[in-house]
Amino acid sequence: MSINKKFPILHTKINGHDLVYFDNAATTQKPQVMIDALVEFYQKYNANVHRSLNPLADTATQKYEETRLVVADFLSAKKQEIIFTRNTTESINLVAKTFGRGFLKAGDVVLLSIAEHHSNIVPWLQLKEEIGIKLEYISLDKNGYLDFEAAKKILDNKKVKFLSIQAASNVFGSIHDYREILKLAKAKNIFTLLDVAQIAGHESINVQELACDFLVFSAHKVFGPTGVGVLYGRKDLLQMMPAFLGGGEMIDRVLKDNFTSAELPHKFEAGTPNIADVIAFKSSLDFIKNLTWDYIQKIEQELTDYLWQEMLKLDFIDIYGQNISGRHLPIISFNLKNAHAHDVAEILGEQAIIVRAGQHCTQILHESLGVPATVRVSLTIYNTKKEIDILIKNLKLIYNKFKV
Amino acid sequence: MDIYAQNIIDHYHAPHNCGRLTEPKLSSSQVNISCGDKIVVDVKIEADKIKELKFEANGCAISVASMSLLSDYLLNKNKAEVLALKYQNILDILGVPVAERRYKCVLLGLLAVQNIILKAENQTERTWDDLM
Repeated sequence: MSINKKFPILHTKINGHDLVYFDNAATTQKPQVMIDALVEFYQKYNANVHRSLNPLADTATQKYEETRLVVADFLSAKKQEIIFTRNTTESINLVAKTFGRGFLKAGDVVLLSIAEHHSNIVPWLQLKEEIGIKLEYISLDKNGYLDFEAAKKILDNKKVKFLSIQAASNVFGSIHDYREILKLAKAKNIFTLLDVAQIAGHESINVQELACDFLVFSAHKVFGPTGVGVLYGRKDLLQMMPAFLGGGEMIDRVLKDNFTSAELPHKFEAGTPNIADVIAFKSSLDFIKNLTWDYIQKIEQELTDYLWQEMLKLDFIDIYGQNISGRHLPIISFNLKNAHAHDVAEILGEQAIIVRAGQHCTQILHESLGVPATVRVSLTIYNTKKEIDILIKNLKLIYNKFKV
Repeated sequence: MDIYAQNIIDHYHAPHNCGRLTEPKLSSSQVNISCGDKIVVDVKIEADKIKELKFEANGCAISVASMSLLSDYLLNKNKAEVLALKYQNILDILGVPVAERRYKCVLLGLLAVQNIILKAENQTERTWDDLM
């Protein structure tokens, strides 16, 4: 059975055309097994977790905690080190607003890169306003990869206390040399956060090997439901950190004048969590496990190379970044020489080719590229070479339409 | 009907009233952050009417064509007439079925022009929602 049969939405038509979904870096589509798990929860064991001593709540709690175990296994972490949030953004905010506020002080440098998503810039800008930390940015090399030498120079010369970087660019698709940069930071006892939102669905991640202190991603980019983010944190650090949001679930004891926090991981999960989506997320991770990383990477490598090969043949587009084979996601960002990114996305959309146009939550990066917006095409395992051919054909039509 | 009718693409490639005015004039710039569109509009108002209007834009076909068509339409209109214009009026001027997700592209020019007038009269400037 071909893989796209497992994703019901892929059989939708728009304006009579078969859907070509090329916006996977924004969110992936969902396999039927995940949709079934979501429906099953509401139909069979909807209840609140970790309270109400009744059999229904027992099932819900057990399933909710099963997902935590599966996520821990997915990252090679311990289950107390896995915190469920709403998304990657909330995971980074949690770290900035508890660890950052608690353990960084005025003048300490937090090192980011210019390619970071706004979610890994704004929480640190807020902390800068609040306590006076300083921010430094790692530049990119000419191919769109984090410049290792630039990173080394900043780490050697500045008072860096915290490094927070992406593993891969959501604009270029470049997979950075993040392992080496983390190693460098570790050797200098710098705390580290790795944003794996873009690679979590593309390659295996092992927090033991990476030796990072925090790691974040969102379920919806790895064939899971929206509304579930993951924060991995080193256990000793999570224990030291103050709680984030206050309320039910995260407390041990509440008195009139003070409270004590619950144990990990509940300390960081205030209020009723997103039970249904967390439970359904397990089936997405099982789905990936059954496919195997070898299979996923083989398909994606072929798609990446074919996409870039065909796009490079077009003489009327500007492409940003370079595909260094084996170090690249199936992503490409570009502009037509004679049409604005939004117009390109609009016309592709009429043909049921779904892409993203704009700044992709990276205004600082687009400023450095010197363009107001780009078109981004991002693929995953269910896409095909035939779909790439359809894209190429339509780009040629758009070019001709806009030709002066 | 195609929203990228030849007429729209012609205005995109060769917008009417493109450029800047020399003094005396009133100016405004507007930016649509979500797509990086930028526009600068200069207006000369005499006896309550728009006598001259020029603009420079860096944007998509819809935003440039909207401003280009609007710039022709606005000449010799009085301030009250300009301030009464809304989203639907611009769609009518464009004459193509633009989806609502492009509302900022459609309204970029109108918002700039209305805010020039409002600012000169020390009135509260408008936002996107005010024009919908």
